[in-house]
Amino acid sequence: MDVEILNRKDFVSKSQVKWCRGCGDFNVLKTMQSVLAKTGRTRENSVFISGIGCSSRFPYYLETYGFHTIHGRAPAVATGVKAVNPELDVWVITGDGDALSIGGNHFIHAIRRNQDIKILLFNNAVYGLTKGQFSPTSAQGWVSKSSPSGSPDRALSPLALAASADATFIARTSDNDPNHLAMVLEAAADHKGTAVVEILQNCVIFNDKVHEPYNGPKNRDENLLYLNSSMPLLFGKDKTKALINNGFGFKVAKVDDPCVLVHDPETQESTYAFALANLNYPQFPVPVGIFRQIQRPTFDQVLTEQQNRAIKKRGTRDLTTLLQQGSYQRLV
Amino acid sequence: MTVTQLSQEVICFAGDSGDGIQLTGTNFSHNASAWGNDVMTLPDYPAEIRAPAGSVSGVSAFQMQFSSTDIHTAGDEFAVLIAMNAAALKNKIGGLVNGGLILADQNGFSKKNIELAGYSSDPLSDGSLPDYRIIADNFTHLTVQSLKELNLPPKQLRRSKNFFVLGIVFWIYSRSLTQTEEWLKAQFSDKPLVMEANILALNAGFNYADTTEIFGESFQVEPAPKKEGFYRTISGNEALSLGFICAAEKLQRTLFLGSYPITPASEILHTLSKYQDVGVKTFQAEDEIAAACAALGASYAGALGITSTSGPGLCLKTETLNLAVMTELPLVVINVQRGGPSTGLPTKTEQSDLLFSMYGRNGDSPMPVLAAASSADCFDMALEASRIATTFMTPVILLSDGYLGNGTESWLVPNPDDIAISAVEQYQQTDQFHPYKRNPITGSRPWVSPGTKGKMHRIGGLEKQSVTGDPSHDPDNHQRMTKERAAKIAGISAFIPEQPLTGETDDLVLVISWGSTRGGVSSAVKQLREQGMPIAHTHLRYLNPFPANLAAIIAAFKHVLVFELNNQQIVKLIRAEFLTPAKSATQTTGLPFKVRDVVKTISEYYGEITDGC
Repeated sequence: MDVEILNRKDFVSKSQVKWCRGCGDFNVLKTMQSVLAKTGRTRENSVFISGIGCSSRFPYYLETYGFHTIHGRAPAVATGVKAVNPELDVWVITGDGDALSIGGNHFIHAIRRNQDIKILLFNNAVYGLTKGQFSPTSAQGWVSKSSPSGSPDRALSPLALAASADATFIARTSDNDPNHLAMVLEAAADHKGTAVVEILQNCVIFNDKVHEPYNGPKNRDENLLYLNSSMPLLFGKDKTKALINNGFGFKVAKVDDPCVLVHDPETQESTYAFALANLNYPQFPVPVGIFRQIQRPTFDQVLTEQQNRAIKKRGTRDLTTLLQQGSYQRLV
Repeated sequence: MTVTQLSQEVICFAGDSGDGIQLTGTNFSHNASAWGNDVMTLPDYPAEIRAPAGSVSGVSAFQMQFSSTDIHTAGDEFAVLIAMNAAALKNKIGGLVNGGLILADQNGFSKKNIELAGYSSDPLSDGSLPDYRIIADNFTHLTVQSLKELNLPPKQLRRSKNFFVLGIVFWIYSRSLTQTEEWLKAQFSDKPLVMEANILALNAGFNYADTTEIFGESFQVEPAPKKEGFYRTISGNEALSLGFICAAEKLQRTLFLGSYPITPASEILHTLSKYQDVGVKTFQAEDEIAAACAALGASYAGALGITSTSGPGLCLKTETLNLAVMTELPLVVINVQRGGPSTGLPTKTEQSDLLFSMYGRNGDSPMPVLAAASSADCFDMALEASRIATTFMTPVILLSDGYLGNGTESWLVPNPDDIAISAVEQYQQTDQFHPYKRNPITGSRPWVSPGTKGKMHRIGGLEKQSVTGDPSHDPDNHQRMTKERAAKIAGISAFIPEQPLTGETDDLVLVISWGSTRGGVSSAVKQLREQGMPIAHTHLRYLNPFPANLAAIIAAFKHVLVFELNNQQIVKLIRAEFLTPAKSATQTTGLPFKVRDVVKTISEYYGEITDGC
C-alpha cells in the first residue's frame, strides 16, 4: 500500500484562522501541523475534539476530522469516539476554563480510565472568549472583570490534578518555544493512554505576559526547570542550582549536593509527578518537559479484552439464539 | 375436589421489601406465560433499598393478570392477595375485590407488626374483614419445619418462605412446579444448599395446599389462543435492549450505550452490559452528561450511539441533544419516565416529560419523539428510533416509563429475518464532498465518520453554512438552516406508519391515548364498544412528527377526549396542532390507569355530550 508522505501544509484547512493577532495559539497550531506530518499521521485517522473557548476553535484549522463540541465535555465525546474506533488518533483541545472548571469531572475521569486520548490544555489563566474573567488557574487575588477585589479562589495546578488522577503521561511546554513544544507533542502522540499536556499560553488581550516571569525568553534559562530523562534536576543560568528531596516535596540545593535528584519519568508512584507539578514560581523553578510516562492498559484495550473474554466464554450467539433465550415454543 | 375454569385472573403478591416478592411474582408470571396464558405484570416497590421492616411504606408488591384471552393491563383489582405481613395487607387490601381471597402468613402479624401497620388488633381474626375469605397460617414456621433436616441456620431457612407460598399459589391454579424448579437449579447452581431449600419449600407449600383441606377448590386458567412460535415474558427495559441489539446488527453498526445509573432505567445498562460477546459496548459514565456525550461521540465515529436515562437525567443531557441537532448526528435517547419534577417519585410511573422532550432545548431545536405503547412494543420502537435516527441523521427521544420498563408481558419472539430495517444507503455526492449537502429525499446530510479517506471535515455546535458546513453567522443562512432543520424533522411524517383508528370516523367520540396508556384505554374502549357505544380510539406512538393522517382523523370528530398520565401535556399539542377543543383526562398518582376509571370517565363525558339528544 502506498503511504502518502505529507507535509505541514497538508494539515492546513481552508478556514481562516480567527485568533487575535499575537495569540499564542498560532504557534501551537503550526507546531501541531508539523508534528502530524513528521510523525506520519494520516489526515483521515486524526480527530481533533474540542470544547468551548478560544483554543477550542483549533479543530477548524486542521485538515483532519474535527468536532467542536460543548463546554467542558470534549473528553467525554472523545471517549465515545475512541471506544468504538480504537484505530483513530484522538486529540482533545481544551483550555484552563474548559477542562478544569465546567469540565473538571470529565477531565478527571478520562484520565483515570486511561482512555487513549491526547489532551492539550492551553493554560493562559484567564477566560478569553468570555472576555476576561478569572479562571481556575488564575492566581488568588488576581483582579479581573468578575473579581474586582481579586479572585477569591486558590489557583489549581492542572498537572497536579492529572497526577492525582494517575495520568500515565504528564507534560508541560509553552507556546513560545516551538522546538520544545514539538518534542512534547511528538512524545504525547506516541504515548498509549491519556496524555495530559499543559501548554503555557499567552493571551495578549486579557492576561498578557502572565507566564513571562519564568517563561519569557529572557527568563527561561533562569527560572524553568527542563526535565530530561536520566538527567539531574538542575536549573539556573549556568545550571548551578539543583532540587533535592525534602519530605514529600523538594528543596533547592547547590549543584554539588550529593543528594541531587535524577529525573525518571517512568517513576511508578504518581507522587513524584504530583510534587513536580506543585513547584511554583518564584519559590521554585517551573518544570517543563515530560513529568511522567508510564504504561498501563488503555480503556479501549480493556474493553476489547473483556469483549474477547465474553466471546470465548459464550461462543458466538446469533440474533435468533439471543432473542429466543428463556423462551418456550408453542405449537398450535 | 373441584377445578373451576376461569377466563382470567388477577393476583397480587405483597410483603416487606426483602421478602423476595418481586422474585416470587416473576416466577409465577414466567410459569403462567410458559403455560400459555397472556400475562401482564405491574411491579410496585418502594424507592428506599430497605424501608423500616414491617412498615406500610416498605411494602413491595407484584400484581399480575394472566388470561386465556388477549389482555392489555395488569388488571384493576385482584381476586387473591398474598400478604406476607400486616403492612402488606393494609397497603393492598383496597385493591382486593369483594369476596376475594386473602392468603396471609401469620408470622408477619405479630403484635409489633400489627401496630406498625397501624391496626389496633389483628385484622385476620378480629372480624374487621367480613367481605373477604381469609386463609392464614404460619407459613414461615411451616417452611422452617419442612426444611429442618437441612444444615442451614434458621434465619436462612426462613428466607425460603416466599417459595413455600409460591408452592401454595401454584396448587391453587393447578400449575406444575417443574419450570420454577429448573429456574432455581440454574439460579443457585453455586449455592446448592440454598437451591435445595427453595425447591423443598416450593414442594412443601404445594403439598401443604394439597393435603390440608382449607382450599375447597382450585382453579384453571386455560392457555390463550396464540400463534405458533417462541414466547417469553419480557420487560420493557429488556425489550428495548434487545431491540437496539437487533437494530445495530441490521444497520451494520456497533451498538454503543453511554449511561449513568438511574431508576427505573438502569436495567437497560445492566442488560446491555451482558452482551459484550455480540459486540455491544457499554460505558458507565461519570455522569449523565458524559453518558450522552460519549454516545454522541460514538455515533460521530460511526456507531449506533444510544443513551438511557430517566427524567432528571434527561435534564442533564439536553445540551448534548442540542449539539446532536446542530451537527445532525444520529443518537437515540431513551427516557424511562418516572414521577417528577426533580427526584419526584423514582419508582412510580408518569408521562410528564413529554413537553420537556419536545421543547426542552435552547433555540429552535426540533427532534423526533416516539413513545412505546407496551413492554413488548419497546422492542419495535427501539428499531424505529434507530431507523429514524440513522436515516434522518438526527437525535431521537424514545419515551418509555416505569410501568413499561419494569412491567412484563408475554412476547412472541420475532424472527430476525422479518425485521425490516436495513443499513442506510449513504447519499453519495459525486462532486466535491460537502458535509451539509442534503439528501433530496430525506433532507439528511451524509454520515461520514473519521477514518474515511478524502472527506475530512469539521463539525460543531456553531451554526453551519448550508451545504459546506463551515461556521457561519450570516443572518440569512441562520434563517435558512433553521428552516432546513425543521423541514427535515417534519418530513419524517412521510416515512412512518399511518395512524391507526379503532372504530369509525362517524362515531361520536374520539379517544386519544399515547405511550403506556394504550393497555388501559384500549381495554376500556373495547368494553364500551361491546356495549354499543360509538367510541373510537386512536393510540399515538409517534409524537413528533405526528403521522400525516392524524389531522384528518381528528378533524372527523366533534368530540375528542385525551388520556395521559400527567397534568395535560399532549392535549396542549393536539389543541395547538389541530385546532380542536379536545377535552383532557389525566391522572398523576404514579400509577397506570385502571380500566374501570377510564370506562367511567368516557361514559360520563359521553353522558354530558348526549344529554338532551
